[in-house]
Amino acid sequence: MSQLLVNERDVVIPGETLAEGLDYLPGENAYRENDKIYSKVLGLANVAGRVLKITPLSGPYILKIGDKIIGKVIDITMSGWRVDTNTAYSAILNVKDASSRYIRKEEDLSKIIAIGDYVVVKVVNVTSQNLIDVSMREPGLYKITGGRIVNINSQKVPRVIGKQGSMVTLIKDKTGCEITVGQNGLVWIKGTPEGEFKAEQAVKLVEEKAHLEGLTDRVEKFLGGN
Amino acid sequence: MVYKKRLDGRNNNQLREMEAKVGVITNADGSASFKIGKTWAIAAVYGPRELFPKFLQDPKKGVLRCYYNMMPFSGSGERIRPGGNRRAQEIAMVMSQALQPVVDLSAFPNAVVDVFIELPQTDAGTRCAGISAASMALADAGIPMKDMISSVAVGKVDDKIVADLDYREEHIEEFNPESAHASVSDIPVAMINNTKEITLLQMDGEISQKDLIAALELAKEATSQIYEVQKKALKERFAKE
Repeated sequence: MSQLLVNERDVVIPGETLAEGLDYLPGENAYRENDKIYSKVLGLANVAGRVLKITPLSGPYILKIGDKIIGKVIDITMSGWRVDTNTAYSAILNVKDASSRYIRKEEDLSKIIAIGDYVVVKVVNVTSQNLIDVSMREPGLYKITGGRIVNINSQKVPRVIGKQGSMVTLIKDKTGCEITVGQNGLVWIKGTPEGEFKAEQAVKLVEEKAHLEGLTDRVEKFLGGN
Repeated sequence: MVYKKRLDGRNNNQLREMEAKVGVITNADGSASFKIGKTWAIAAVYGPRELFPKFLQDPKKGVLRCYYNMMPFSGSGERIRPGGNRRAQEIAMVMSQALQPVVDLSAFPNAVVDVFIELPQTDAGTRCAGISAASMALADAGIPMKDMISSVAVGKVDDKIVADLDYREEHIEEFNPESAHASVSDIPVAMINNTKEITLLQMDGEISQKDLIAALELAKEATSQIYEVQKKALKERFAKE
């Protein structure tokens, strides 16, 4: 007889028993030992039919192919740039992936993207050893100029974006700022100084209250005073 | 000689008053504070991040590194010289070995997770408090772990098997004239909560086989009590308003 021991959206801790019996299956961040299923991280329980998943409440960003991230250029190599991804691993941005324009062999790469510049890039490849290739050759990927960078926990990024981008659109509309959210937890905000400040605070508020319900109303109330 | 009553009036299997809080260091990726009696440990976790020097990197999995530090004013009044020493180095090593069996860093090759454990106040049982705090801090940092580690000291004071010795009990011959020639054994134990597997076992003093088995049985019960405190603190961190 199988038994479910947690409810949907319960906070569970590592090693907590989620279910007994063989009718349930361990999903992401859960594992089975004998006839019990345990959690592997601190997070919210998620019951999808017979599969038990845990949505982490905190934790490092795990690089995924196709993610749009914001990185900082930390070095220039023979064939491209080395980009800090705000994780334990840095990525390579190859010359041929950097621009749609042809870059000649003898060109000075630091004239195109200098060390210390931030770039919005897309992850095109991740190996088992977490060697990363990124690309900037798509619409919506560019070198960042001006504005400010805010660092938040990458697990909170989905809440900052909201359903179909509702949260980020709300903050954009209310503050008049341009906002780009990288999946790795870096957020770029550009606008008037007051708007940037307000938007930064709103993003921080979302990060802090991410696990609570009624987040949109809270943010709307916070920004309402504009 | 018999040890009739514990110096602070506790039952033999009773732990000191505990208090735990998660998320005390906002700068860190994960943190926790754990108090048991007068002993107070704060753990902060940073990472996974790049590991230097490079020769320490492990291409198969991430490295877990612990630091243990007693603050200069943390003891009984004598200033403790700051900075590392052999004792701290050894304790840091056994602490990281106690945590390693549950921490899964296979997704982070060549990286490191640093655990800093500071002790603002000490009254025996620091490595145990440190491990209990570190386990919470690692969970708070979102590091994949198969279970929690709970740690407490057990031991034998004179003829009684007791849990969670404090400083006065460890030095019973100084503090209790009745037990002037008593022998004390102090056994710090860390256990994986679900399986009760032992990940840390050290001892000061001496003990018979029979008593050791009895002490470890007591440790199972005591670590479960610690676990409940850890669990409550972790759940409170993300409680609904």
